[in-house]
This record gives sequence, C-alpha cells and structure tokens, in this order.
Amino acid sequence: MGIEQKLGDMGVVTMKLEQAVNWARTNAMWPMLFGLACCAIEMMSAQAANYDMSRFGMELMRASPRQSDLMIVAGRVSRKMAPVLRRLYDQMPDPKWVISMGDCASCGGVFNNYAIVQGVDEVVPVDVYVAGCPPRPEALIHGIITLHEKVKGENIKDWA
Amino acid sequence: MLEQSNVTITEVSVDEIRHLISDRAPKGETVLLNMGPQHPSTHGVLRLLLELDGEIVVNCIPDVGFLHTGVEKNMEAKTYVKAAVMTDRLDYLNTVGNNLAYCLAIEKLVDLDVPPRAQAIRVILTELQRIASHLVWLGTHALDLAAMSVFLYCFREREHILDILEMVGGQRMMTTYIRPGGLWRDTPVEFEDAVRKFLDLLPARIDEYEALLTKNPLFIERTRNIGVLAKEDALRWGATGPILRASGVAHDLRKARPYSGYELYDFDIPSMTAGDTYARYVVRVEEMRQSARIVRQALDKLPYGPVRSSNRKYVPPPRSDIGTSMEALIHHFKLWTEGFTPPEGAVYHAVESPRGELGVYLESDGSPKPYRVHWRTPSFVNMQVLPSLAKGRLVADLVALIGTIDIVLGDVDR
Amino acid sequence: MDDKLQKAVEALTNRCAAQTSEFRSDISLMLAAEQLVEACQILHEEFGFEILAELTAVDYWPQQRPRFHVIYGLRCLQDNLFLMLRVPLDGNAPSLPTLTTVYANANWFERELWDMFGIQIEGHPDLRRILMPYEWEGHPLRKDYPLGYEEVQFSFNFDEIDIRKPYAKE
Repeated sequence: MGIEQKLGDMGVVTMKLEQAVNWARTNAMWPMLFGLACCAIEMMSAQAANYDMSRFGMELMRASPRQSDLMIVAGRVSRKMAPVLRRLYDQMPDPKWVISMGDCASCGGVFNNYAIVQGVDEVVPVDVYVAGCPPRPEALIHGIITLHEKVKGENIKDWA
Repeated sequence: MLEQSNVTITEVSVDEIRHLISDRAPKGETVLLNMGPQHPSTHGVLRLLLELDGEIVVNCIPDVGFLHTGVEKNMEAKTYVKAAVMTDRLDYLNTVGNNLAYCLAIEKLVDLDVPPRAQAIRVILTELQRIASHLVWLGTHALDLAAMSVFLYCFREREHILDILEMVGGQRMMTTYIRPGGLWRDTPVEFEDAVRKFLDLLPARIDEYEALLTKNPLFIERTRNIGVLAKEDALRWGATGPILRASGVAHDLRKARPYSGYELYDFDIPSMTAGDTYARYVVRVEEMRQSARIVRQALDKLPYGPVRSSNRKYVPPPRSDIGTSMEALIHHFKLWTEGFTPPEGAVYHAVESPRGELGVYLESDGSPKPYRVHWRTPSFVNMQVLPSLAKGRLVADLVALIGTIDIVLGDVDR
Repeated sequence: MDDKLQKAVEALTNRCAAQTSEFRSDISLMLAAEQLVEACQILHEEFGFEILAELTAVDYWPQQRPRFHVIYGLRCLQDNLFLMLRVPLDGNAPSLPTLTTVYANANWFERELWDMFGIQIEGHPDLRRILMPYEWEGHPLRKDYPLGYEEVQFSFNFDEIDIRKPYAKE
C-alpha cells in the first residue's frame, strides 16, 4: 500500500502473485473437446454465436489433452469409455480442472444400469457439477463462471 | 494408473483382428493407427482402426460401443410412458422423431386412433426437427472440411427451432412432447406465429449456405467423386435415407408407408444418381427445403380439436374431469400407478428419420412394461458402408466420409 | 394382402415349411433355423426383397424350448412390401446360420446377437463383441442377466452406500 502511494503516478500496480497467476489461469482456460452425447450438442451451441464462450477466453476447443487445461465431460460415460477418459485426464498437464456437464456425467442421469458409469467422479476428480439433461448453454456458462470463482480462490501451492 | 475394479482395459491385440487387416501390416509395411474415441472429426465417440500406407487407407475397421447405454434393457424395466423419456436420448439430434417412432409403435400395437390436430402438430414438430438435424449435419460437415463460418450460421438457425421446441415442450432438446395417444398438451397461442416467422426467414438462410458451399471450388474438390456408393452396393448394405436417395433409389417411408397424416401433404423426394459426397450434400439441403414446404402446408391446414385420444384405457383424462367424474378418477389412478396394459403381440413400425429408416420392434406380453423393445437405428446399419467406401482413399477423405454418412453415435450404440 | 406378397408367402409355406400369422396387418412367418438361408435367398432373388431392414431376438426365459425367437424383417422397395420371419431357437447352445451371403448388412446385426444374447452364428466372418467391452462376461439382453442398477442414496442409507461407492483418486 505504501509503495502504491509513492509510485502511484508512475503507472505501476501491485498485487499478490497468487492473484496474478489465478487471473491468468481463468482468463485463458482452454477446454478439451470431450463431447460424448447429447450434452456435446449443447456445448457446441454454447460455443456458437448465440451463447458465445469465447468471451470467457475459450475461443478454441483443443483436441489434444496435452494442450488444454479444462476437461468438460459432456455426456454419458459408458463402461467401455471409462478407461479412455482416465487416460486422457492423466495426459493433461497440471493445472487441470474438470467440469462434469449434465446429469449423466454427474450421477448416471436417467440411466441406472450395467452399461453407464454412475457419475464420472468414479473415474476422475470433479471440480464443478452442472445439472440438467442437457443443461442449457447458459447453465454451462454459469458452471464455467463458478469454476472461475473457485480458481480465483486457489492457493498457488495447490499446483506447485 | 487405473485403480477401478469395475472398468476393464480396452486393447485389441493384432491377433484378434488379423483376419481383417492385410498381410502387409505384420511385416511393417503399413502402419496401424488408432483414430481414437476422442477425436475432433469423428462426431462423437467412434474409434477407427486404420491400416495406412502413407496417407492411403488400406483397411478401416470401425470399433463402436463406446456410448452403449443399455437403453433396450432399461426400457424393459419401466412402464411404457416412463420408458418414453429414454427414447429422446438415443438419436439426440432427432429427439422428436424418436418419440414419434415409439408412440406410433405403441399405437399400432394397441390400435389407438390419434386425433387429426395431434397428427398435424406431430408432423410440424418432426419436420422442424429434421431441419434442425440437417443444420447440425451441415455445420459439422463443413467444419470438418474447414468452412467454419457455416457452423456458426447453422447453429444460429437452430436456435430458432430450439426456441419453438422450448415453447411447446418446455425443454430445448429432450421434450418428450409426443406421448402415446397424442401429445402432452396443446400448443400455446404463440406457436403458429413463431413457426411462420421461422419459415419466412429460412429460405434466404439456406440460400446463404448454398452460396457459400455449392459452387465453391474447394468444397467441390473435396466432395465430388469421393465415396461413390453405387445403387447395388447401397441396397446390398441396406443403407436407407439420404444415402440411398443420393445413389438413385427414391425411397422415402413418408411416401411409401405414410404415417401420422403425411399423405395429406404435397412434397417431393429429392434424389440423385451420382452417389458421391456432393450428391448427398445436395439431397440433404433440398430435403430441408421440402421439410419447410410440409410445415407450411400443415400450418395452413391445421384443424381445431382435441390433441389426445379419448380412449381412457390408455390416455389419461383431463385434470378438470377428475373432480367431477368417478370413471375419470379411476382411470387416472390406474394409469398412474400401474400403467396401461396393451394386448399380447409384436409389431414393427418404421419412420423416416433424417438418417434413414428408424424402426421400433415392440413386443408385449400383456404386462404394463414392454417385454422387448428393439430400435432398428439407421446409423448402426449405415456405418457398415464406411469400410468399403474408405478403402484406397486418403485420410483426409475419410474425414469427409464420416461426415457424409451422418452418423450419430447415440444411434449406433443405443 | 397384396398379390405379390401372397405369392411370396405361398412359396415359402410350400418350400420351407413356414407357418403364417397376421397381426395388425403385418405378416410374419415362423421358420426353422435350417430353412432360413434358403428362404431368404428365395425372397431376395425371386421376389425382389432387396433390404434386410431388421434383425433382432427376443428372450423367453425361463421357457427353454424355444428360448429365443430371432426376428428378420425384409423390405421390398419397388413393390413396397414388408415381411417378418421368426426363427425359434433352443435354450442351450443356440446357433444360426449366417445371412451375410445374402444380405451384407447382416454382419453387424449378427455380431450384436452374439454380444447381447449369446446366439452363436455359424459362418460369420468376424464374430466379436460389438457393443460391450472385449473382456465382458455375460450376455446383457438375456432375461436372467441383472439390470445392474445402483441403489438410490437417501439420507437414511447415505453412509452404507457411500462406503461401497468408488470415488476417483487424484
């Protein structure tokens, strides 16, 4: 505070390192293309012109897990797909976050049977759950903003 | 890194598929590449095992089942009306059409008559859903061929249709609006104006897409003479829908076996003889225009009347009757606790979905839950065409081929 | 019944010992498994049924003879006809001849029959599981296979189910 008073008219702003790092992480979070089923169509609608996700920094959907930091699991995960999901999550570099989009990814949804994993948190750790079948694009954007709030409160040592 | 005990590793050893790949692979002359379940161009979770000689595909083995949901077994455990909720989620781009196929199968089994207003509104919503499905197809197909603005334009149009569906059914995609015996409830007052407004702006928008793609030399270069499917091959592989129509057979179930009042409307079936990717593109764009024509006629002829059948053994009575009539109360009670019980027997009913012939085989044993429901989904059958089309072509053409067959993995894997 | 359909049904009844039945204006013929390929060849070549539209099975467990009924749906496009064939199969070691020589798209349909019902298909070029994972044991659509659902976690049984439920580790 005292520094700012002395350097105020030199155009310098001070903030904590944590705040700066978290601000950078939220404003340019690249999602990985992991649309599986119906929720993928709503995710594509959220990316398209009406509900634009690129205003939150998510212009591109990276196909490669090695270049992305957010995995939006959109759709039902079957037992055949679960190991693939885990392998892709492991291939993502730190820091990484997971949004579980839709009812099927959060808890198994409408399908309570032998073929669907009952909630993707059996396979990967999830940060934000977005409910809906499929959730409206606005609900997904609300989920992303909630994730941004969570990331802004993170400690820099979480990902050290 | 897998600690789960209830998931298994999915690896295929070369021995298991030796009969499907050529002799050059074990010698190392060709490369076995996995175009995995997560890929931007596979339109969902489709896995392709490619045997490549440089850029040329020698063999292509599709591996499906990554979205298998067990819907057929799950529907056997629910009553007929509750199982209708699961039908939306099969082919998730044709949700209203799936509902329609299921309800028509039940009505055929039970021999139930649907009032004409319900039939007309069913036709309107199904054709709007067909336009929406073709818009997604066009958007993603063009996106794969590197025309990104078409993707954004198509989704802008789709928002109008989703607004109309939300107005009638309460939900953008999975409405479950079509129920056995008619519709869930009557359409609101703003419905007709909203549909007319959409129909007025649609032809100009389709002209925009055509101006961007139809005579574009890049698009033509990537789609003409790619994936030519001759008429005999299309019939041999049992392909239906736009694939068959682009190969020279003008077969459409809406004209051949009309259902839900389609015989009252006047429309053409577009068909071409070339059978390549470009022909399939032209057929689908023309289908969008014909769908708009059907919707306009249906709106002009829309009759007044009830939207649900009055057979109280299968269709619940209106809520206002429950306070006054004893029979209405008893029917309501029976339908909500036990569900209706159709007679024993088996039927097969097919409708024309945007991808081809969508059929429901429904067998009942007299209990309130369906004994067996089988979904003959068009994408499952049309996928079998892919290996023969892809042989000898470049990997870049493979991407165009997956798009042109228009598969939806929810349909393939059920 | 349509004239041409009548002739096709008669041909099958005479040459392949089929029994006809009609329900809601759809004809279906009951055949033995040995007559199946011949019947389909007759329909495909002599009567012009070009497309195999549907191939599925129904499980009538606990009844063992027959336990499965395999249903074939054939469509003739030029005359707009539809015919269903039903083949009853025994409970232990059910097997069928393959139809891929007559209709190529029976390939994946028959793989699904093997995967979901355990019906062995003789002569199939590539009989592997198609919808379930490769090492899966059991055939899900059989009636003695459980649905495999997870119990609902209310507040009174929250802890019991929580212990059994797997969660991902980081």
